[in-house]
Amino acid sequence: MDSVKETLTSPIFKNNPIALQILGVCSALAVTSSLQVTLVMCIALTTVTAFSNLGVSLIRKHIPGSIRIIVQMIIIASLVIVVDQVLKAYAYGISKQLSVFVGLIITNCIVMGRAEAFAMKNPPLPSFIDGIGNGLGYSVVLVAVAIVRELFGAGKLFGIEILPLVTDGGWYNPNGLLLLPPSAFFLIGMFIWALRSYQKDQVEEADFTMAKHTVAKEGV
Amino acid sequence: MSSNDSIKKTLIVAFSLCIVCSVIVSTAAVVLKPAQQANQALDRKRNILSAAGMLDENLSIDEQFAQMTTRVVDLRTGMFTDEIDPQKYNQRKAAKDASQSDELSSSEDTAKIFRREHFAVVYLSENVQGEVEKIILPIHGYGLWGTLYGFIALEGDASTVAGIGFYEHKETPGLGGEVDNPRWKGLWPGKQVYKDGVLEIAVIKGTVNPQAPGAEYQVDGMAGATLTTRGVSNLVQFWLGDDGFAPFLNNLKSGEA
Repeated sequence: MDSVKETLTSPIFKNNPIALQILGVCSALAVTSSLQVTLVMCIALTTVTAFSNLGVSLIRKHIPGSIRIIVQMIIIASLVIVVDQVLKAYAYGISKQLSVFVGLIITNCIVMGRAEAFAMKNPPLPSFIDGIGNGLGYSVVLVAVAIVRELFGAGKLFGIEILPLVTDGGWYNPNGLLLLPPSAFFLIGMFIWALRSYQKDQVEEADFTMAKHTVAKEGV
Repeated sequence: MSSNDSIKKTLIVAFSLCIVCSVIVSTAAVVLKPAQQANQALDRKRNILSAAGMLDENLSIDEQFAQMTTRVVDLRTGMFTDEIDPQKYNQRKAAKDASQSDELSSSEDTAKIFRREHFAVVYLSENVQGEVEKIILPIHGYGLWGTLYGFIALEGDASTVAGIGFYEHKETPGLGGEVDNPRWKGLWPGKQVYKDGVLEIAVIKGTVNPQAPGAEYQVDGMAGATLTTRGVSNLVQFWLGDDGFAPFLNNLKSGEA
């Protein structure tokens, strides 16, 4: 059962879909300003990835090569609609906050990527676990980013005040930039830096060597 | 593998997959519909309360809403009516039904809603003496991408704004979507709608100079959302104007509604 464990855990740090493959970053920017919304998004994405992998893997031997991407899209899109409907029924407030981003899971590269790269070639059970693993890898990054953004951007976690804000008579002056999408770029960048400093084998070979500065002689 | 790529196999796989997926999706939609509708109804009540600035998150919404009086207004006469049951009346459907609405000429139709329904459901909050404290009116009109649906709340004098809120719109998130921003909504309370009985309120482009004369009739526009701003201004003017609730508000003030 070693390979099962490997399939589940390797996407979390060793082969993280966001940090190593740089996939699915757009939703990571959009939904991470509050931890609660982030968690729901992570659960939604993990569910969709796991079940779309399962679905694709079950019929992988019957999918005609010419329409395989369309087949994957249909399975993913159906699952996303179901997830969206469930959220609307049981977590209405959060589904309103997530608005279009649940729908955009359809185009999330992680889901498509795993369906095409893993589920098309592997049996259902490993595919399902691979989906969960990659969902968890995505979740680890998102939750880390969301904790920093909500804590230092709004002084709260899960909407509960941790750092009392100056405006409410406390001492913490929030960093408004953290609530804006660009801050997630910086945080994901730092996450990748930290991860690659720890696991040196993730560092990619440089595509080119940087040229030296132009010297005065050449500029003339 | 090559047999998978025959035209026959391709069509069979495509068709059967579509059927299976559509069954799953439609089952989910049908099964979950009651829960979603209950959520929407609750959300609507929450919006009514929050437009009036009366929402207390710690209390149950149904309980708070029970203190409101729901009445139906005949927009043609500006009077309360008991002709229809507000519980069963669907105002949005009525606005599209030729037998329950009137067509608006293009000069009247500033909110771009094409038809105005005969009846509107309004919500009143009364104090212990039975005096009206808050009047909550449904409003809708076209913004940039679609129709905005919401409520505007007036104080008992029927001219001071108590709050505004939209529960459904399709405006651009971050630009026109700022109609949901509490800071922008917070600009509304205290604004005056009528100046000596004449409709005066408007959402202007840019920021209102608080020192300028008439500042109490103006609300800041939203940056980067000119068309949404214009739409909100038009729809507020329409619904508080003579084709909207103005006759009803006048009747209410004089005690004849």
